Amino acid sequence: MANPTTSLAPARATKASEAGALVISRRRRRYSLLTNWDKLILVVMVGVPLTLDLILIWGPTIASILLSFTNWSGIGPVTGKNVVGLKNYETLFFGYSLFWPALEHNLIWLAFLTFVATPMGMFLAVLLDRELRGKRIYQSVFFLPVVLSLAVVGFIWTLQYGPSDGFINNALGLVKSGNIIDWLGNPAINLYAILVAASWRHIGYIMVLYLAGLKSVDPSLREAAKVDGATEWQTFFSVVLPVMAPINVIIVVVTAIEALRAFDLAYIINRGKNGLELLSVLITNNSISEASLVGFGSAIAVILLVISLGPIVLYLTRVMRTVT
Amino acid sequence: MSTIAAPTRIPVGPRRRPVKPARIALHVFLTAMVLLWLFPLSWAIFASLRPIGDTITNGFVSWPEHLNFDNYIAAWTQADIPYYYVNTLIIVVPGVILTLLLASMVAFCCSQFSWKFNLVVLMIFTAGNLLPPQVIIVPLYWIYLNTPLVALGSIDVGKFSCPLFSDNGLLYDQYLGIILIHVVFQTGFATFVLSNYMKTITKEITESALVDGANLLQIWWNVVLPLCRPALAALATLLFTFMYNDFFWALILLQTGLKRPITSALNNLQGEFFINYNLIAAGSLLAAIPPIIIYIALQKHFVAGLTLGSTKG
Repeated sequence: MANPTTSLAPARATKASEAGALVISRRRRRYSLLTNWDKLILVVMVGVPLTLDLILIWGPTIASILLSFTNWSGIGPVTGKNVVGLKNYETLFFGYSLFWPALEHNLIWLAFLTFVATPMGMFLAVLLDRELRGKRIYQSVFFLPVVLSLAVVGFIWTLQYGPSDGFINNALGLVKSGNIIDWLGNPAINLYAILVAASWRHIGYIMVLYLAGLKSVDPSLREAAKVDGATEWQTFFSVVLPVMAPINVIIVVVTAIEALRAFDLAYIINRGKNGLELLSVLITNNSISEASLVGFGSAIAVILLVISLGPIVLYLTRVMRTVT
Repeated sequence: MSTIAAPTRIPVGPRRRPVKPARIALHVFLTAMVLLWLFPLSWAIFASLRPIGDTITNGFVSWPEHLNFDNYIAAWTQADIPYYYVNTLIIVVPGVILTLLLASMVAFCCSQFSWKFNLVVLMIFTAGNLLPPQVIIVPLYWIYLNTPLVALGSIDVGKFSCPLFSDNGLLYDQYLGIILIHVVFQTGFATFVLSNYMKTITKEITESALVDGANLLQIWWNVVLPLCRPALAALATLLFTFMYNDFFWALILLQTGLKRPITSALNNLQGEFFINYNLIAAGSLLAAIPPIIIYIALQKHFVAGLTLGSTKG
């Protein structure tokens, strides 16, 4: 379990019974091959990147947790007087009008991607996973938005959604008739409007990941199902989908992480206000951009962290299982 | 992938097999989807090519009387787009190279040697990359504001000035700071991809090189890295796009508008120079062109990088 490198050893062994002995002898030999100089190089090669990762990623993660129990403003040292216990969380849950809407928007984002965009991406992958004229063109087009930055995606969709100068309202004749729909300004609909834009990008991403997974399915399984008289959809649901279970989990996790990271689109459209509040935007607005409520902002960061840990742990256990 | 399918398709082709209605329905559906997918981008291109005067006289959705590159010229010169391209390059090129170097070192050590904590180290890197950046931004911002960095003047080329290493004595608001966070954050992803890839390289190569008296640095650089060329190419393509498309780090960790890379500069330029929709369209497309070119030219690498990273090794 702790040693991923052993997984290759049995494959190299000629007889299964010899595999165990071979691994052990190899491992011992490998260590003796390393000089002290080599060991020092090994420590530096891993140590430098690891130190940077710990200082700039994991240090701040822990600092966020600790700061969430303080009322620190970001200036001067943190002293015992700054410790306020759970007060930030209390304010967050009971006294801050933007928290629950933001959480709800994050969950809607997650649900929309999980139940609408991701299945669409999977569906396109299934459609394209066959010999098909022009398959490469279809694939390239669906994937194209993935290479664009969310900032650019935001601007491109502003051109569609603009109240009096956007494509949709003009094409529907709403500007002429004076019944303008403010797609991005109306808090009842703007979240869904930008979710369409986010999906435009997300669907292609999922399609590519799922296509790669479908390619790894053993073709003989499908052949067997075909011989047994299964239709294409029967084959997919009862043969392909169960085999793809590990990849399905990864797809769901990737979707969840994307949804929790959502920031750019909402920020570009209206700085995450008026219907587009998200946890990620509240963190920066409270602690950096507008106020200096570092402790309070950190408490929001902790909530986001706790939600993110679910998919992250799921991903790690799945991925590391295939590694070992 | 589809290139493999293409040659086998020709001999069996549609001549022998009658085209089924289901096939036609599939093509109709996919074509409709493709048109839908291309529409937002096509509309942006259309708007960007249309002078604003033409739009105002004829209406937004109307047949154009004039199409030209005036909006592009205006965005290019007034908003100084080339300047922001240089900012991006200053950040992205060292960023990609350093990420690949660091990640390949860790991946090499974790995949070619067995030691007690190599799985833990891999997990630390992988999990770190999966965190939403906003979780770490508050303390990170503080670190950047409180880390001193020497100011040794600057390298000036024309209008452009690249400070060595800081122009305010801090890590905050510096190209170097943005490079650093990109490298550290993306090293997590790249380490994961590369260690999966390096696992397919037999350890006997490393062992025999050790027997021959090579040290670890030599083996990493001369033996293992050349074998990883496909994975490195795929990752370089992907990392370029990730860093090019970054909006968040530059938004928070840079203050000077003139230091912003093109993607996050767009946001500032919107109010200042891009006063109408057609100009915004031209500016956005100028920002989108480099990744689109990379994607079209290196599509195979791009897709390979993504699937290497997310599904399996």
